[in-house]
Amino acid sequence: MSTQDFSARTSALLDAMCERLFSNLQAGEEVTVGLEAEETLYLRFNNNRVRQNTDVTQRVLQIRYQGGGRTVDHGMNLSGQVDADCHSIDTILEGCRFDAAVLPQDPFQVPMQNHGSSREVFKGQLLAPAGLIPAIVEPAGGCDLVGFYAGGVVISANRNSKGQNHWFETENFFFDYSLYNGPQAVKSVYAASSWNAQDWAANLERSKASLQLLKRPLQSVQPGAYRSYFAPAAFADLLGMMSWGALSAAAWKQGRSPFKKLMEKELQLSPLLSVSENFGMGLTPRFNDLGEVAPPCLDLIKAGSLSNVLVSSRSAKEYGLQANGASGYESPRALDVAAGTLADQDVLGALGSGLYLSNLHYLNWSDPVSARVTGMTRYACFWVEGGEIVGPINNLRWDESLYNALGPQLLALGSQAEIAPEVGTYSKRSPGGVRVPGALIDAFHFTL
Amino acid sequence: MTEFSSIARTAFASLPADVQWAGLRFSQEVTTHRMVRDDAPQANATSVDKGLMCEVLVEGHFGYAATSDSTQEGLQLAFGRAIATTRAASSRKAHAFEAVQRPPSQGIYQSPRVQGLDADSTQAITECLLAASAAMKGDERLVSRTAHAMLIQTHIAFFSSTGATIDQRFDMVSLKLSATAAQGSQSQSRTWSRTGQMGSEIFEVDAVVQQAKRVANEALQLLEAPNCPSGVMDLVLMPDQMMLQIHESIGHPLELDRILGDERNYAGWSFVQAEDFGCLRYGSELMNISFDPTRAHEFASYAFDDSGNPATKQMLIEGGILKRGLGSLESQQRSGIEGVANSRSASWNRAPIDRMANINLEPGDSSLEELIGQVQHGILMHTNRSWSIDDYRNKFQFGCEFGQLIEHGRLGAVVRNPNYRGVSIDFWNRLAGVGRDDEIHGTPYCGKGEPSQVIRVGHASPPCLFRGVEVFGGQA
Repeated sequence: MSTQDFSARTSALLDAMCERLFSNLQAGEEVTVGLEAEETLYLRFNNNRVRQNTDVTQRVLQIRYQGGGRTVDHGMNLSGQVDADCHSIDTILEGCRFDAAVLPQDPFQVPMQNHGSSREVFKGQLLAPAGLIPAIVEPAGGCDLVGFYAGGVVISANRNSKGQNHWFETENFFFDYSLYNGPQAVKSVYAASSWNAQDWAANLERSKASLQLLKRPLQSVQPGAYRSYFAPAAFADLLGMMSWGALSAAAWKQGRSPFKKLMEKELQLSPLLSVSENFGMGLTPRFNDLGEVAPPCLDLIKAGSLSNVLVSSRSAKEYGLQANGASGYESPRALDVAAGTLADQDVLGALGSGLYLSNLHYLNWSDPVSARVTGMTRYACFWVEGGEIVGPINNLRWDESLYNALGPQLLALGSQAEIAPEVGTYSKRSPGGVRVPGALIDAFHFTL
Repeated sequence: MTEFSSIARTAFASLPADVQWAGLRFSQEVTTHRMVRDDAPQANATSVDKGLMCEVLVEGHFGYAATSDSTQEGLQLAFGRAIATTRAASSRKAHAFEAVQRPPSQGIYQSPRVQGLDADSTQAITECLLAASAAMKGDERLVSRTAHAMLIQTHIAFFSSTGATIDQRFDMVSLKLSATAAQGSQSQSRTWSRTGQMGSEIFEVDAVVQQAKRVANEALQLLEAPNCPSGVMDLVLMPDQMMLQIHESIGHPLELDRILGDERNYAGWSFVQAEDFGCLRYGSELMNISFDPTRAHEFASYAFDDSGNPATKQMLIEGGILKRGLGSLESQQRSGIEGVANSRSASWNRAPIDRMANINLEPGDSSLEELIGQVQHGILMHTNRSWSIDDYRNKFQFGCEFGQLIEHGRLGAVVRNPNYRGVSIDFWNRLAGVGRDDEIHGTPYCGKGEPSQVIRVGHASPPCLFRGVEVFGGQA
């Protein structure tokens, strides 16, 4: 099936499902329908050879039902066969009514509204497997390449019985890969909407050059506090912790937000740091799981002070706040960190002596009340002396409070913010990404 | 079963001659979440995840295509996609396989349970959760009280062109209670959970309410407690933390696909190397670790893996010596290392990879009191709160919800923010005592793979004593 066929069939199917569902509603009932669909080719590589290939076609429908003051959610895979799927949705509507009849009232139910209509379609030009596989592996000949390609069309749509109608469709790919030299490795991502052999070759050459640096003598670094430069991918990993409840209104009100002291003005972060939710990057739709539309840009942290937390409509109702289009999880969907003034060519000089970190690994809150996070260094990480790379390090465990690392210890931000595309594929391929510069941080604590 | 058997036979009959073997895996999973927070319904959500995975072996390479269209036309299209991509990939395959990696097994499995997870239990489950939420009430410092039930009913049917016919049905529950106590800038949470293969018998109101009261009381205790002290000391880990310790520092490093390098771009490699099997002293002589998909009520009990391999109990580590890896028939063929039946996929739309199932620490002969009695200066920790380990599975740091000091063989004051860190092999060689009474725990959320897969795993363990561990508390 071509992308055009998949998109057209999916749209027609959604039309039929919604028409059936909305026409069967009784007085006092409303529904929101969300659709997530993909037609994706997944290829995983080990040692520059194909380990597994999986083609996935799926369309997942999510229904939120409101009736009699009760709220019920139901999700299902669509078969793509209109009659069978319409029969399934009849059954699901009955199931929602059955559940609603025995559930207590939902005191924080937000009545559905028409949040408008939108349509965004980003077309791409992707290679078929027969051309794609040699295009990936031939330029990497002789390399121990381990990687993961995911490409195809991803659709996110949302409608409700009040008339709202949103459609977001994007056709693109990412190739997330590592090059290994024994136990040492570098990491990169090549992502676009059309495969370009020159761009892939240039990306690969940069990784090969980094791999050469890893052949320098291994440096043994003892636990301690070191001035450290976080390359954009590493800083994106660190800031990714903001997705774990840090900026959520519900987490704050329920005593779970690690940024409680920031929210209640007890502490501030560095004036160098400004973070926004910026849908202008065009990486993900502005509408959320209920079809509510977020503002194009929302300041979250402005010059170190909290400007806004992410407030879903449900939290707004429960806590008397103003909703701002956040999803039910109240995690950032389009995180954008303002660039600073540290130019790429000045990074090693500004670092002087310390650690250059390309990537981090397996982060988790170690003491949420003090916003303390632990994690590991990973991939191309180096000991630097006198502004020169001396050699790679054994991976180090670190444990540091974000109030320190993003507060008084933040010395500078890079002048170029880079987009890190979303490479998450749990259940489905997720569109999106973040834009983050590198960061120079003083006295970062390494523990093991 | 009959419906898909017929569909599979028809699909297999029309495959081209270069398909050496074909398989069809039907999977349907109905998951229901019911959650109550602060005495009000927070979520009532059901999802039906249903589809088919078409699998082919072409020129020695296994490839896959997933579809939720179960018509003959839909299957024909999916098999066509699987064959086309697999043909394109086969000349650059990582390894040559044969149909012997997909045994033609036949059999059934049904989770043990007293009562089914039927739809008409909605009201009873909600009432149980409301009772738990109410039982946690009573102190204004308890700012959040939640009770969450996840009910999962899974049906997997697997057929192959060489005669495999397998039908497995699973009933699973994850029930979790949580209380958060907060005052000023301080906040502490305490949880209780029960997971595994079981039926709605778990929603026994009196027993759940009893746990809810304890959880709320312990959250308040933590709010008042001092920080965990820092230093090197003896450590007793309770089963609900041993679960995480086993999972991260034994389960993942023993996965053969990691050792073979498949996961190096995502989850990571392993400090364990192929030549370590049969000789590596992984831990002290008290350490006996099993792969046991036969144990009733654990999350990952099953009769066959998703490649049709019959599942049996196998010892991975005996007397502290590494014996066997967590590798499927594919990984065993690639590595020459003995493995287990652990080729598992998270859903109909994911290819099977090497996963943990139930990885258990076999009980010893000490009571909990005897373990505590061996400690002059140490700490006992309950319930995982924080977890992180490096990509080779060496350097870990884990945190728990609830700590209690041990002085001169007796349990003492409660401490908050208890954490510890170490290196896997060194840590397991500090194992100095193994309890005799194990508990079943597990997680529904073990992540791995490209494309990513989240799968359920079980871990049964007794409490254990470790000597001389680096322990520390929080900053607040």
